[in-house]
Amino acid sequence: MKRSIAVFIVLLGFPLVMSAIDNLFYVSFASRVIIYAIAATSLNLVLGYGGMISFGHAAFVGAGAYSASICIAEGVTSAWLGWPAAIAASALAAWLIGAVSLRTRGVYFIMITLAFAQMAFYLVNSMKAYGGDEGLTLPQRAELGLGLDLGNEVVFYYVVLFFLAISLYGLHRVMQSRFGRVVVAIRENEARAEAIGLPVHRYQLACFVIAGAVAGLAGALLASHGKYVNPNVLHWVQSGTLMIMVILGGVGRLWGGAIGAFVLLGLEHVISDYPIPWLAAVAPNYPQHANLGVGLVMLAIVLFAPHGVAGLLSRRRGA
Amino acid sequence: MSWILILEQSLNGLQFGLMLFLLAAGLTLVFGIMDMINLAHGSLYMLGAFIASTLVQATGSFVAGVLLAIPATAAVGILLEVSVLRTLYARDHLSQVLATFALILIINELTRLAWGSDAALPMPQALSGPVELLPGLRYPAYRLVIIAVGILVALLLFILVTKTRVGMLVRAGASNREMALAMGVDIKTLFTLVFGAGAALCAVAGAMLAPLFAVQVGMGENILILAFVVIVIGGIGSIRGALVGAVLVGIVDTIGRAFLPILFGIFFQPRVASAAGPAIASVMIYLLMAVVLFFRPQGLFPARG
Amino acid sequence: MTSRMFVLALSLAVASGAQAASKVKVGFISTLSGPSAALGVDIRDGFQLAVKMNGGKLGGLPAEVLVGDDQFKPDVGRQIAEKYIRLDKVDFLTGFVFSNIMLAAVPVAFEARIIYVSPNAAPSPLAGKQCNPYFFVASWPNDAYHEAAGQHATNKGYKNAYLIAPNYQAGKDSLAGFKRYYKGNVAAEVYTQLGQLDYSAELAQVRAARPDALYIFLPGGMGINFIKQFVAAGLSTDIPLIVPGFGSDQDIIRPVGEAMLGLFDTAHWAIDFDNAANKRFVAAFEKEYKRLPSVFAAQGWDTAMLIDSGVRGVKGKIEDVEALRKALKAGKFESVRGSFKFNRNQFPIQNYYLRVVGKDSQGRLVNKTIGTVFKDHGDAYVQDCLMK
Repeated sequence: MKRSIAVFIVLLGFPLVMSAIDNLFYVSFASRVIIYAIAATSLNLVLGYGGMISFGHAAFVGAGAYSASICIAEGVTSAWLGWPAAIAASALAAWLIGAVSLRTRGVYFIMITLAFAQMAFYLVNSMKAYGGDEGLTLPQRAELGLGLDLGNEVVFYYVVLFFLAISLYGLHRVMQSRFGRVVVAIRENEARAEAIGLPVHRYQLACFVIAGAVAGLAGALLASHGKYVNPNVLHWVQSGTLMIMVILGGVGRLWGGAIGAFVLLGLEHVISDYPIPWLAAVAPNYPQHANLGVGLVMLAIVLFAPHGVAGLLSRRRGA
Repeated sequence: MSWILILEQSLNGLQFGLMLFLLAAGLTLVFGIMDMINLAHGSLYMLGAFIASTLVQATGSFVAGVLLAIPATAAVGILLEVSVLRTLYARDHLSQVLATFALILIINELTRLAWGSDAALPMPQALSGPVELLPGLRYPAYRLVIIAVGILVALLLFILVTKTRVGMLVRAGASNREMALAMGVDIKTLFTLVFGAGAALCAVAGAMLAPLFAVQVGMGENILILAFVVIVIGGIGSIRGALVGAVLVGIVDTIGRAFLPILFGIFFQPRVASAAGPAIASVMIYLLMAVVLFFRPQGLFPARG
Repeated sequence: MTSRMFVLALSLAVASGAQAASKVKVGFISTLSGPSAALGVDIRDGFQLAVKMNGGKLGGLPAEVLVGDDQFKPDVGRQIAEKYIRLDKVDFLTGFVFSNIMLAAVPVAFEARIIYVSPNAAPSPLAGKQCNPYFFVASWPNDAYHEAAGQHATNKGYKNAYLIAPNYQAGKDSLAGFKRYYKGNVAAEVYTQLGQLDYSAELAQVRAARPDALYIFLPGGMGINFIKQFVAAGLSTDIPLIVPGFGSDQDIIRPVGEAMLGLFDTAHWAIDFDNAANKRFVAAFEKEYKRLPSVFAAQGWDTAMLIDSGVRGVKGKIEDVEALRKALKAGKFESVRGSFKFNRNQFPIQNYYLRVVGKDSQGRLVNKTIGTVFKDHGDAYVQDCLMK
């Protein structure tokens, strides 16, 4: 808890430092990292704590992003309407997809979540009215009122930081509660949980829906951040990217999603922007091959450090 | 709606389905016998195409290049199996998914470093013209060759799996792995062989389709999903299921792309109709899979039990 | 006393801020990978060659060109644009091949009041209702080649035509443009998926429809595959194929080969143009890159020359964006197409020619000019543009 508060104090001060040196690009970049942290955290709930390998999580981020975007495109610019609409839309999608998918197990569950996500991708892709595969450019970000201008990068940063804090705190409380303990019990041994009379399907579905809703919020924030949404946000490769973040950061650990998002996006940026001389001598185009590094790191983690970076950190501190 | 049109579109669907079968067959065996989700299967398809393009250029002969690409890709597959994938058999499905997803990234980038983002595999001159199947229907010769190769490989596979000893071991492993182990089957070698065979099939598909499409990095991902859909519909571990599933998917996809836009064109504007057709076709394939999973989760021709 | 010093210090600060820039930074983002990479590569090569021939300068100032690859993905293109504009603080943005990627990225430039000079894509909304003072086109309005092709089809007396294009803004523009000048009957209007590579289904439909002519707009890898499959299906002997100039230039001739001979197309430029600028460009390009330039390379070159004329026109003071705009709009540069003139919506007004794929004096496949289809042709949307 103490460490979390310390991290937040640093995060609070960050944009002020950046403003002082007139580098708003990094404030915007940090906002994007935080939004992905929220999305990855929501996946962590379902994947890390719940043990449900959902390969279609990007569909919920996309549902939120498109709902929020369509609202703004149609003139409904208030965030108080657009963002709850996004959360509702993705929660509904999660409920529908979860109700069907959770009747299956193991690899079939993975495949069916993947299938649903792809269906959503193709459907959105065919919506020519909202850009189709060209995507939809928004005239503005959502409006929050209260004297806060979301067009201001620093203000936007604090708003998304606020949502990250809530998500993490929410995850923390949920996992401490009875609900959380049941979810973990189901993950550890489903047969036993069923045997002692727990309504497994209902708990899993609830977990799925909560995660979907938070993912939808992340999607809405993402749409406002870039003022642009595109069907690629629903593609299964995006689901894979979110999974990489969770694994990288630490499955089933509170900060896992956030750490993963920070490490992955940060590395991507550093590799493409800051030339490493010795690497450039060997392979001049190396920034274009950044994914090689990502793949190798991920493979190494899966094979040798299954608990991710958060796992390594906590292992070093305690026993 | 002429006879010729329907016949031609059916041939197109068959051609697509047979190539999908080649990919699905390897995937279903690996999944069925080793219980491993291998997302990198599409990467073997891509490697098959790239390796074939280099060998065709080197030997100057299309046939030689394709034939040599098959063992070459199988060798890469076996290398992959022995080094990395073997350690994943014992792990849970999530680890397999993540590790093979990481492999996709790695293989894609290594391919880009070795060949660049794309390669060219030109169609052999002799086959680049049409063949007059019926008066008024001149179908591309090359696509007919693909259909022929697909049917030939399917027959070969059937003979291999049903009439040979190795095939019997494969079927035993697919229907009950623990029992096969208990009966003393050399599982390690069997797994490696199956994986190599799967890679070889991918190479055939990749090399045959390369002259029609672009050979490019990332071409494996799109077709991988379809292959998974096929094996879920057909039944994991069943080659027969893979064939039926693949042809089904091929036909649904082609019908969707060919006839739905016409149907929608009656009601909607051309741009909308053209977008809706392929989208609905894609959705139909996934819907089909979801329905099969819901009512018959083991697939149409389950290998187990 | 202190207040006077304060005013002095302030005015010194303001004065130093208003100094002329010491170099020109250009953000160049294009499709440099994938089946359609040849187009982006050609534009980039033409652009960079022009800068090189100018001694590494644009308008007298040293030029720094940042090159990014949009990988044929609109969100990637947009992200790179954001980085170039907000982090690297480029003075110009340019490069996009495809309209859909460009449309996703240019709002970032417009918002930051950075000028985008298009070396290729120029979709109709930006010519008409959404015309923007920060958008300049060095190539042609998207519809133009298609309008010329439609006119050619009318001139040839084809009674019905079958049309195919990809389902995105430029595709829609292309067939709308063709139909604007084609007076015959449209047998069918088919939109394929962007990036689609297998046209077996569509070719079966074409065969069944038996049109007098087939008009396709399938740039890059799509066109290469379509033409190959068209020939393989035995349709090339029955149905005349007409394409816009960018569907039959060097990037497609190289992979398809002799099957292209005799193909008619329409364009604003051909390699055999007789003016001094073009001769210089073709010779330099062949020498530097050991291959023949396509219309894309010519456009890349002209874009650099246009930017050069703009910077020269403000004598290096590119921070004055309004003056820079005026200088660009004057369009005073030696274009490889001959004379160059902007319409009031900042799209070019120029001639369009009929070309045919034939062999040059060295037996190489090139597009040869055989006639003029339109003279001083603008676009159909300028009346909706409220810019002066």
